[in-house]
Amino acid sequence: MLAPSYATPREKLSYFVFALFCALVFLFLIGPILVIMPLSFSSEPWFTYPLPGLSLRWYIDFFTDERWRIALQNSGIVALFATLIATGLGTLAALGLSRGNVPFAGLILSILISPMIVPVVIVAVAMFFGFAAVGLNNTYLGLILAHAILGTPFVVITVTATLTGFDRTLTRAAASLGASPWTAFRTITLPLIAPGVTSGALFAFVTSWDEVVVALFLASPDQRTLPRQMFSGIREQISPTITAAATLLVFFAALLMLTLELLRRRSERLRGTGG
Amino acid sequence: MKLPVSASESFVEFAGVQKSYDGEVLVVKDLSLRIRRGEFLTMLGPSGSGKTTTLMMLAGFETPTSGDIMLDGARIDSLPPEKRNIGMVFQNYALFPHMSVAQNVGYPLKVRGLPKAEIAERVAKALDMVHLGSFAARMPGQLSGGQQQRVALARALVFEPKLVLMDEPLGALDKQLREHMQMEIRHLHERLGITVVYVTHDQSEALTMSDRVAVFNAGIIQQVAPPAELYESPANSFVAQFIGENNRLPGRIEAANGTLCSVVLANGDVVTATLTDAARVGEDCLLSIRPERVKIAPPGGPLDNHFEAVVAEMIYLGDHVRVRCVLDSGADVVVKVGNVEDRPVFAVGSRIPLGWRAQDCRALDAA
Repeated sequence: MLAPSYATPREKLSYFVFALFCALVFLFLIGPILVIMPLSFSSEPWFTYPLPGLSLRWYIDFFTDERWRIALQNSGIVALFATLIATGLGTLAALGLSRGNVPFAGLILSILISPMIVPVVIVAVAMFFGFAAVGLNNTYLGLILAHAILGTPFVVITVTATLTGFDRTLTRAAASLGASPWTAFRTITLPLIAPGVTSGALFAFVTSWDEVVVALFLASPDQRTLPRQMFSGIREQISPTITAAATLLVFFAALLMLTLELLRRRSERLRGTGG
Repeated sequence: MKLPVSASESFVEFAGVQKSYDGEVLVVKDLSLRIRRGEFLTMLGPSGSGKTTTLMMLAGFETPTSGDIMLDGARIDSLPPEKRNIGMVFQNYALFPHMSVAQNVGYPLKVRGLPKAEIAERVAKALDMVHLGSFAARMPGQLSGGQQQRVALARALVFEPKLVLMDEPLGALDKQLREHMQMEIRHLHERLGITVVYVTHDQSEALTMSDRVAVFNAGIIQQVAPPAELYESPANSFVAQFIGENNRLPGRIEAANGTLCSVVLANGDVVTATLTDAARVGEDCLLSIRPERVKIAPPGGPLDNHFEAVVAEMIYLGDHVRVRCVLDSGADVVVKVGNVEDRPVFAVGSRIPLGWRAQDCRALDAA
């Protein structure tokens, strides 16, 4: 941000202070992440600056070590299915709650988003005992369901927000033109609320992807996810492979965000409403 | 005057339809109405009068609390909207923003599973019909309000529905475009021979476009009649007041003689008026006279009523001048004087002679 040429010295100073403040906020937010990244390219197994030398050995280790490979695979499977369940259920809940004829809609909404508010340790302990009763502990299904519960609130919130701007006469128009409720939903409602659904799905995916507490309680070594592997990696033998994993995860998340933003812009452009 | 629609002619029929949203207040009260095949019927009324609710019940978006709705001889009360085959044009157009103009117009054909080639052909024809042939590839967001309205019209007509409903479709357009679209919709109706039920709160729109107008107030149809009859012989004082301009003189009916009656005003003056079903002898009434039917004329002519009035105000309106006068009874009477070369000029405060025929002065309910 540059001060315009007609700005007085006083205005220029305030612009400068403002820009500096913004830069500091950014540094505070992403500084810790940036510090980790160079360490993953270190040639020696110590976490020290300056780097003793550059190498890709920790990345090779990450992709070849059996434990990391399984953890990556587990994280992928759990996050994928948890996202599908959370997105489906969350979208349906948001659609139902926004119809305006649901009794106790406010109460239902607060219950649905409570996993986001209740401390995750409490949720994890509750799930541990609850799932033990039905034999879901130490299973993929148990972990997937638990992560789906944690991800659903994000979908409910983002889809509800999108629905407030959705014109309901469009579904009426579709019905008057001969579309069954399901066709109208598939061809009109869903494409128009897609930005909310996809960003909700993204949040649900990321929630599962970096979730460690519930995984510690519910998962056996067979269902060990990436965050869980990193967590035990730090406690048992501290290895820079963790920094390689962290760097990859950051890039993966950034890529996901970027893709979604591009998709969102494209759909807005197609709709002719984008600026 | 057209005769009431017989059961055999009726294409759409409401029989004793009631609607309540909360189980207490009736939004639509005991509605009975028959609409002919090919007719252009307008539901006119102030907001909250029940006209839109009635339209929504016909479209299938609201269910009647009681009563029957028939379409082409079959009950449709329990049929969902998508099975009714009724075209609808919404107030805000309700175009699908993520689909092109051609996709919007093709939507009803696509959900009916028609082959692609036929869809393309019929969409092109429908767009030509509304003069938008070259706009097929545009998105709705790139069109003006009038163009969007035409797309909505093409979309509601392309699947050749038996009946087309329009819910204040021109409300968002400016005056000039609105008048143009009124004629265009009217011509489409004549050319295609479809039955149209149109909802508006704009009385001039209702008079211009309709074969018949149903005037709604407080959930009840006040009168159903062709525009001329509605204007010339309003059934009650609500209709007289709602359609066009109207002079109102409160009085009491003293005596009746066939279709005529004598009405005594507040100061004892007696007016000869036409008796209607809305008023009864011996009761208070409201006399209704259109401003253009009040003449400035001295006694002795062919007019049935003659009174003197004081000129209170003259308003120049280009093609005519409105002269507001006060009768001795205290009632205001507005007179429309055409702006012709020899138009008389009055000083405010002067007394002038007014007169009108008994048949132009209707004794209506005092409500």
